[in-house]
Amino acid sequence: MKKISAKENFTSNEMIVVYIIIALSFAIGSINSSFFSVGTIFDTSRAMLIMLIFALCEMVVIISGGIDVSFPAIASFSLYLTISLMNKYHINNVVFAFAFAGIIGLVWGLLNGLLIGKYKIPALIATLGTSSLVNGAILVYSNGKEISNIPSAVDVLSQKYLFSVASSTGGKTSMTVFIILPIVLCILIHWVLRHTMLGRKIYAIGGDTNAARIAGINVKRTQYFIYAATGFLIGIAGVSNSILMRNANPSNLMGSEMIVIAAVVIGGTRITGGHGSVIGTILGVLLLTIVSNNLIMIGIPSSLQTFTVGLIMVIGTSITSLKAKKIALSPKI
Amino acid sequence: MGEVFLELNGIKKSFGGVKALKGVNLTVRKGEVHCLAGENGCGKSTLIKVISGVHNADEGEIYIDGQQYNNLKPIDAIKLGIQVIYQDFAVFPNLTVAENIAMNGALQKGKKLINWKETREIAINSMNQIGAHMDPDILVERLSVANKQMVAICRAILKDAKLIILDEPTTALTAKEVDKLFAIINKLKEKGIAIVIVTHKLEEIYKIADRLTILRNGANVATGDIKNFDRRTFIKYMTGRDLIDTNYRPCNDENEILRVENLTRNHAFNDVSFTLQKGDVLGITGLLGSGRSEIGDALFGIMPANSGKIFLHGKEIAIQNIDDAIGYKFAYVPEDRLTQGLFLECSIGDNIVVSSIKRYFKNFSLKYNDMVKSADSWIKNLNIVAPSSVPLVKTLSGGNQQKVVIAKWLNTDPDIIILNGPTVGVDIGAKADIHKILHQLAEKGVGIIVISDDLSELVQNCNKIIVMKEGTMQASLNCEDISETALSKMLSGETEGESKK
Repeated sequence: MKKISAKENFTSNEMIVVYIIIALSFAIGSINSSFFSVGTIFDTSRAMLIMLIFALCEMVVIISGGIDVSFPAIASFSLYLTISLMNKYHINNVVFAFAFAGIIGLVWGLLNGLLIGKYKIPALIATLGTSSLVNGAILVYSNGKEISNIPSAVDVLSQKYLFSVASSTGGKTSMTVFIILPIVLCILIHWVLRHTMLGRKIYAIGGDTNAARIAGINVKRTQYFIYAATGFLIGIAGVSNSILMRNANPSNLMGSEMIVIAAVVIGGTRITGGHGSVIGTILGVLLLTIVSNNLIMIGIPSSLQTFTVGLIMVIGTSITSLKAKKIALSPKI
Repeated sequence: MGEVFLELNGIKKSFGGVKALKGVNLTVRKGEVHCLAGENGCGKSTLIKVISGVHNADEGEIYIDGQQYNNLKPIDAIKLGIQVIYQDFAVFPNLTVAENIAMNGALQKGKKLINWKETREIAINSMNQIGAHMDPDILVERLSVANKQMVAICRAILKDAKLIILDEPTTALTAKEVDKLFAIINKLKEKGIAIVIVTHKLEEIYKIADRLTILRNGANVATGDIKNFDRRTFIKYMTGRDLIDTNYRPCNDENEILRVENLTRNHAFNDVSFTLQKGDVLGITGLLGSGRSEIGDALFGIMPANSGKIFLHGKEIAIQNIDDAIGYKFAYVPEDRLTQGLFLECSIGDNIVVSSIKRYFKNFSLKYNDMVKSADSWIKNLNIVAPSSVPLVKTLSGGNQQKVVIAKWLNTDPDIIILNGPTVGVDIGAKADIHKILHQLAEKGVGIIVISDDLSELVQNCNKIIVMKEGTMQASLNCEDISETALSKMLSGETEGESKK
C-alpha cells in the first residue's frame, strides 16, 4: 500500500531496531554459544509475552495522543482481586478468571477514559492519579501479602505447553500456551489500526485532535473505547502473569511502566502521538527483553545492569526522537 | 451572474453581552468569488461560524438554495455542500495525503473498514479535478503550507461542495503560491461553486473577487460589485477613516546618518553600499533568499558582516554582535514578531520597557511607576488599542502587537531602526498608523531601513529603494524613478507575466 523508497525502508525505525537486535545477538552469541538455540527463543518469548501485551496497549494509547502509567496498578489490582475471590468463594473456573480480571481492568480503564475524555485532564496526570488510587486500594485489600496458592483449574495452565523440543543439553524445552495471547493480540491490533475506521480514528486523534473533531470524529467516545479496551486487555495480562508466576503479588508489576513505554518508543511510536506500528512495538519489546535477560551471560555485573538497560533505552529513544525532529526540520515539498 | 446560493438577513449574535454581529446581511451567488473583508475583530469569523452551523444566530434568517434554515448544525451545513477551509487547514500531519483527502467522506458514510485502494483513487481523482500534483502516499507533515492547503481544498471539493469558505487563505503563502491558489479558485468558480474568501489584503481582493462585502464592528458597511470600489473607498469602509495613500517625500537634507560601504557577508550578500541621510526611509527588497533579510541581520550584529565599512554620523563603527549594535543605538524589528520580537506571555508594559530596562534601575530597585508611565505614553502615542499596559501581549491583534515591538525600540531612543517586514499580518488601519510613525521618525532624524517584499508599501513609504538579487545589489533607486510595476519587473520578469494572466 505504502510506497516507500528502498532507502527509507532500510533506515526506518523498525529496521534500526532490527540491526541493533542482530548486532546484540551476535555479541551475546560470541560470548555464550548456547545463545543460538531453540531454548533461547522459547525463554525470550516467555519472558516478553506479558510485557508485549502491556506494550501493545500502551502503543494504542500513545498513538491516540495519550499516555497510560496506570496499567501496572490496574493489572496488579485485577490479578490480586481475581485470584483472592476465586480462592475465597471456591470458583475454580478458567473463563471466570479471565473474564473477571478483564472486566475489572475495563472498569478502571473507563475511569481513565472518563477523566481524559470528558474532564480533559492531561493523560499523564489522570493515569498517575488512577495508578495511586488503584494501587493503594489493592494494598489495603491485600495487606501487602501475596497469595501463593493459585486455584487449580487455572494453575494447570502454567504447565500447559503448545509444543516441546529436545534441547542440546538433553532436557526438554517447551513453549507455553500463553504465547497465543500476544500473537492473537498482535494480529488483531494490527488489523484494527490499519484496516478499520476505528483504527484510523485513533491515528487521526493522535495527529490533531481539533482536526479530528472538525472531521466529525467523536473524540470523546473514541477515547472511552481506547482506555476501556486496553484496560480489559491489561486485566487479562495481569491474571495471566500471576498464573505464569504461580502467585498473586499486589506489587510485583509496579514500576514496569517506564520500561514498557521505553520499549514502545524504541519501536518507533512517537511519544507525541499519531505514529506507531505493531511490528515496531514487538521489536522494541524484543530488544529490551534480550538486553535484560542476557546481560549476565555476557559478563556485565548485576550492579551495572540497570545502568546498561537505561543506556539502551536512552539511545533507542533518542534515535526515534531525532528522526522525528529531522522530519520536522526537513525541507517541505 | 448565477442564482443566489446563500442569503443571510439581519444576522445577530452576541456572546455574553458582547454583540459580535449586529444584523449582518450577506448574499452569495453560485459561481462567484465573494470577498468578506474587514479588520480584525469585525465579526468575520463569527459570521463564518454561523454559516457553517458552529454558532446559531440569535436573530436573523438563513436561506440556503432558497430554503430557510433555523438552527443549522455543522453536519447539516456539510450536507448542504458548505465547506470551510480554516486557517490551520485542520489536516492530519501523521496521515498520508490520500487518507487526509478521503477520510471525511468515509467518516460521513459511517464506514467501518478502510479500503486503501479506493482511498487512493478518491484522492487522485480529487487532485486531478483541480490540477494538483502530490504524491498520495506521502505524509502530510512533510508538505509545505501551500500543499497542505491543497489537501484541504481537495478534501472540501470531494463532497459535492456548493460553497467553499476560505478563511484568510493566503496568510502563509508566497506570492507564487498565491497565484496558484487563485488559479484553482478560478477553476472551482467555473464549476459553479460559490467561493467566499475572508481576507483584508487589498491586492488579492482586486485580483480574485467578483463581489465584496465589508464588515466593520459587526455590521455591514458596504456590499457590491468589486468594480464599484476603488482603493480609497475600500479603505475608508474597512477602517472608517479616510486614509490617503501618499508617497513619502522627505525634504532634502544633506546630513548623513549612516553610510555603508562594500558590506559583505560570505554566502549571503556582496558589496552592499548605501547612504542614509536625515529624513530618508530606505527600502530593501528582493525575493526570498536574495540577501535582503541578511543585510538587516548583519547591521544589527545577529550575523555580522565579514568585510566592509559602516559609518554612523561620519564615524566608522564596527558591529560584531547585537550588543555593539544596541550600543550604537540601532534597533531591529524582526521578521517574526511572535518568536523574535515579543514575550507573548508578558504584559504589554513589560514588553515595551524590556529593551531599556536599565534606565528604570535606580538606587538598587526598579522604578515600576516610571515603567508604567513610559508604557502608557507609548500606548497613547502609537495608538495601540489596549485598555492599559497590563494585558498580555498575546491578547492583542497583529497590528497592535507590531506597534508594541516598535514602542519597545522607540523607548530606547534609537538612531537607526531596521524593520524587517514591518506590516506582515497587520490590517490596513494599523498599517497606515505604522507608516505614519515611520515618516515622523524619519523627519526627526532617525534613520529608517525597511526590508519588505510588499512593493506598494515600499513605493509609498521609501524615498530610496535597493533591489537585491542573489546577494548583490541589482539596483539602487531614488524616489523619482520608483514605480510599483517597474519594481516588480525588476524583481523577476516571470512574476510579472503571471500576474497579468
